[in-house]
Amino acid sequence: MGIRDTVVGAETVQPGTQPHQAPFQSILSPGGLSDERRADPDYFRDLHLDEIVRAITAGRDQYDLVPFFRERATDVETVRYRQEVFRDLERPGVLAAIEMFAAGMREVRAQHALAAKAYYTFERQSWVIAAASTWCRTARRLRAGLVAERLEARGLVDLRDYLDAYAASPAFTELASDVQRVEEAIAGVRYRLRLETGKLTVSRAVEEPDFGAELLATFERFKQGDGRKYTFEFSVSPQLNHVEAAIAERVARLFPLVFASLDDFCAAHAGFADPVILQFDREIQFYLAYLEHIERLRRGGLAFSLPEVTESAGVFAATGLFDLALASHLTRDETSIVLNDIAVEEPERIVVITGPNQGGKTTFARAIGQMHHLAALGCPVPGTDVRIGLVDGIHTLFERQENVEDLASKLEDDLRRMRAILGQLTARSLVIMNETFSSTTVGDQAFINRQVLAAINAVGAWCVTVTFLDELAALGASTLSMVSTVDPANPARRTFRIVRRDADGLAYAMAVAQKHGLTYKQVRAEIGA
Amino acid sequence: MKVRLLFRDRDLDFALDPPPGSQALVEDLGLDVLFRAMAGGDRFLAEVARKVVLTSLDDPAEIAYRQGILDDCLAHPAMVRELYAIAVDAIARQRSVWLWSTQFADSLLNRSVDILGLLLVSMRRVRAIAETSGPRMRSPGLRRLFEELDAELDDAFLESVDTHLRLLRRHDEVILTAALGPGTRGGDYVLRRRVRPRSWLERLRLREPDTYTYEIAPRDDAGARMLGDIRKRGLALAADATAQSSDHVVSFFTQLRTELAFYVGCLNLRDELAQLGTVISRPEALPAADRSLTAHGLSDVALSLALRGPAVTNEVASLVMGLLVITGANRGGKSTFLRSLGLAQVMMQSGMFVGATAFRAPVRHGIFTHFRREEDQGLTSGKLDEELGRMRWIVDHASPRSLVLLNESFASTNEREGSEIGRQVITALLDAGVTVVLVTHLYELAHGFYADARADARFLRAERLPDGRRTFRVVDGEPLPTSHGHDLYERIFGAAGPADTD
Repeated sequence: MGIRDTVVGAETVQPGTQPHQAPFQSILSPGGLSDERRADPDYFRDLHLDEIVRAITAGRDQYDLVPFFRERATDVETVRYRQEVFRDLERPGVLAAIEMFAAGMREVRAQHALAAKAYYTFERQSWVIAAASTWCRTARRLRAGLVAERLEARGLVDLRDYLDAYAASPAFTELASDVQRVEEAIAGVRYRLRLETGKLTVSRAVEEPDFGAELLATFERFKQGDGRKYTFEFSVSPQLNHVEAAIAERVARLFPLVFASLDDFCAAHAGFADPVILQFDREIQFYLAYLEHIERLRRGGLAFSLPEVTESAGVFAATGLFDLALASHLTRDETSIVLNDIAVEEPERIVVITGPNQGGKTTFARAIGQMHHLAALGCPVPGTDVRIGLVDGIHTLFERQENVEDLASKLEDDLRRMRAILGQLTARSLVIMNETFSSTTVGDQAFINRQVLAAINAVGAWCVTVTFLDELAALGASTLSMVSTVDPANPARRTFRIVRRDADGLAYAMAVAQKHGLTYKQVRAEIGA
Repeated sequence: MKVRLLFRDRDLDFALDPPPGSQALVEDLGLDVLFRAMAGGDRFLAEVARKVVLTSLDDPAEIAYRQGILDDCLAHPAMVRELYAIAVDAIARQRSVWLWSTQFADSLLNRSVDILGLLLVSMRRVRAIAETSGPRMRSPGLRRLFEELDAELDDAFLESVDTHLRLLRRHDEVILTAALGPGTRGGDYVLRRRVRPRSWLERLRLREPDTYTYEIAPRDDAGARMLGDIRKRGLALAADATAQSSDHVVSFFTQLRTELAFYVGCLNLRDELAQLGTVISRPEALPAADRSLTAHGLSDVALSLALRGPAVTNEVASLVMGLLVITGANRGGKSTFLRSLGLAQVMMQSGMFVGATAFRAPVRHGIFTHFRREEDQGLTSGKLDEELGRMRWIVDHASPRSLVLLNESFASTNEREGSEIGRQVITALLDAGVTVVLVTHLYELAHGFYADARADARFLRAERLPDGRRTFRVVDGEPLPTSHGHDLYERIFGAAGPADTD
């Protein structure tokens, strides 16, 4: 890991020279992160993970968090490392300390930005010292905040140790004492301004009485009770105007030593921020953004939990799982979402989901896919009692909604894509298919699907397929049939519950037809006998 | 400087409403007439009178404090009226200065300076009164106020106010000190006052050493505006200070006006009563535990005012009592007597004089009236409900050492029932330590108490001369079975009987 500007934006704070020799490197992984993925994985769109990630990272553009949400961890150690951090952040004291740190860092960047935009030298220098001062205060406070808490996450414990070392380091102590010295010098400046029409005169302050205080003291004797204070609004632009600059320039002539110390400081501390801490500022937002996003759903009653993650794929059980993207929509509209359970038992590896249209099958398949990705990010996932394995790849083949004229070429595309996927599958992969190969006859579709599933079965990969072909649900010992259910009293009403059950065949379609008076008998009775 | 003319240790809170149940008291005792006389046509005086009188004091020391001040006021009415007029004028002056909004520092500053300038005149006038009249005051309240005014508004002070205002009116230069804020923008502005050096040493010390000037270029409008902004920022503190100061001065005069208003009201009332020939005197407020009552030449002041003439007076020889029962002829002056007692009590407990040549009574923790309402002439049960409801309210709010005045209570049902209910209620009140004065024609009720021979009960009767004439006075006497209705009967039907109708 090299020294980088880790904050993307108009202005970046220059890191200092060396990160300090301590174990802590990254709050996202014990060994530091590799290069970041610059594009969404292929499966993101099908599983609506692109939408989810966008929602999570909204409002935090300055941190460029999207790459963090793209890359699944490949080992359980990293996943547990992150889960520990999530767990510690559940404690209000820890969360507060870190949020305060984030706010302090935003202020440092804001002051740094003002320094960059400043036109006058002394104005710029003044903002640099302000940024440095805020930096020292923020770093100190973070350390104090973490020291005060009982931390269990390895990442945070290592960070705390790193901060201890940093605070004691000569670079920091020198920076902090220089900041203090210069700030004290500036605070000691008091100058006198005499304003006349069209002219001002700057000089050192002399002993003249405080007129406002004198007035108050004079009339104090009439006071009957607490009066009101009068305040005024002054609109101010962030940059100095030329009159203010003229004043400051003359003050500089009156206090040459103070302004010289500003020069010295800026020369000596051009880059004062520690790169590891800067990187932490960015990376911790991964956790904060996610937590904030799910907090709203939690308040609406939806449960999230840290899953038990294992190396072996094909372990999968969850209670109360739901599609995270859908949940965000429904919570906004204040509609409740249906929760589902799933438990895959050996030797089951292929989940076939059948049932009536619009019954929630695709949503369920998506939820499963989302969960595998989120669990591998180390995040809390929808549901409770979740046991899930780390997969080495997630592959999706969803029915695309494009208006395709040429069905034949579409089938060809689908087949080619499937072949590519099959080439990459291992026993630790996950494939999710949704109404695939539908651009041909039912007979062909059944044939292709059977072949594909057999191939997947042979590899031993783990698969979820949504289809209306009921016969696929009974292919063998490795299939698990799940069915989306309807309300028995009103077959037209879907419950969106998906349960483990044998496929029901055409029962639904007939029931719906009957309800609308469209069975053969009903239609014949209607139109001539 | 605190006004403290109504309470020794605190200001009158004008925003406070009179206690609950005050309206009944006003109606039953005819207090509106009293307030109108105190007001002399001024609505503000009426309001103050109402608030002060209805919020009774129950500490003899507090009453004495006000009585002392009132004595001084009665002895020096012209001075009091003049002081009151100055306060009213000061407030009017302040209102005459227009202010568009408090948004802008410079306009707020100018307006506050103007107000202070106008009020400086009021301050001088008040000081003049304090100087001349102060020594003539005997009451601790007024002595203290005038001494304070004299001390605080001395020449040195008035001079300095004048100087400050003159300085604030200058617009040629503004002097500020400042510190370096973020980005080296100026901040922490403090408005300074140039000091006139008195010695060459001082001139040396205050000499501005190095100075650097900056002139706004002739066409630099933006620059001129920016300079103006800095000036406004510097003036902000001064504007706040001056505005607060003028608020303080106004609030002093407002409080002075409010508290003086009570005494001016008393002066107006005294003058009216004097014209009507009604005698007044300073009452003596006894501690609440005392159970005696003495009244000489007691008259119903409200009645005097209403009738525009002196009213009948009564004597109550010093009696120790918990229950006072008054019976006797219709229209015999019983209600008037009851009212005059109530009025005297209320007036005494607000620190005023009373309509009597002498009046001595304990302070009461709460004064309650339960009078037959004029419109309750019918004897339907609905009226009884209403009457008992009111009685219940009194029971809820009274405490030991309260005074309850009952005028023909429990009469909205038959005598037997009314007497029984009354007996229970009154006995309970008495046993709880409440003082009860009862006017009634319910013979069973009155006689019941007489027969009990309660040590704390006293009985008075509306006087009826042997020839049947009424004097409208009450005298000692046990309750008699008839209310002399037969006097009336005889008058209307003649001694012979109904047959003789000529």
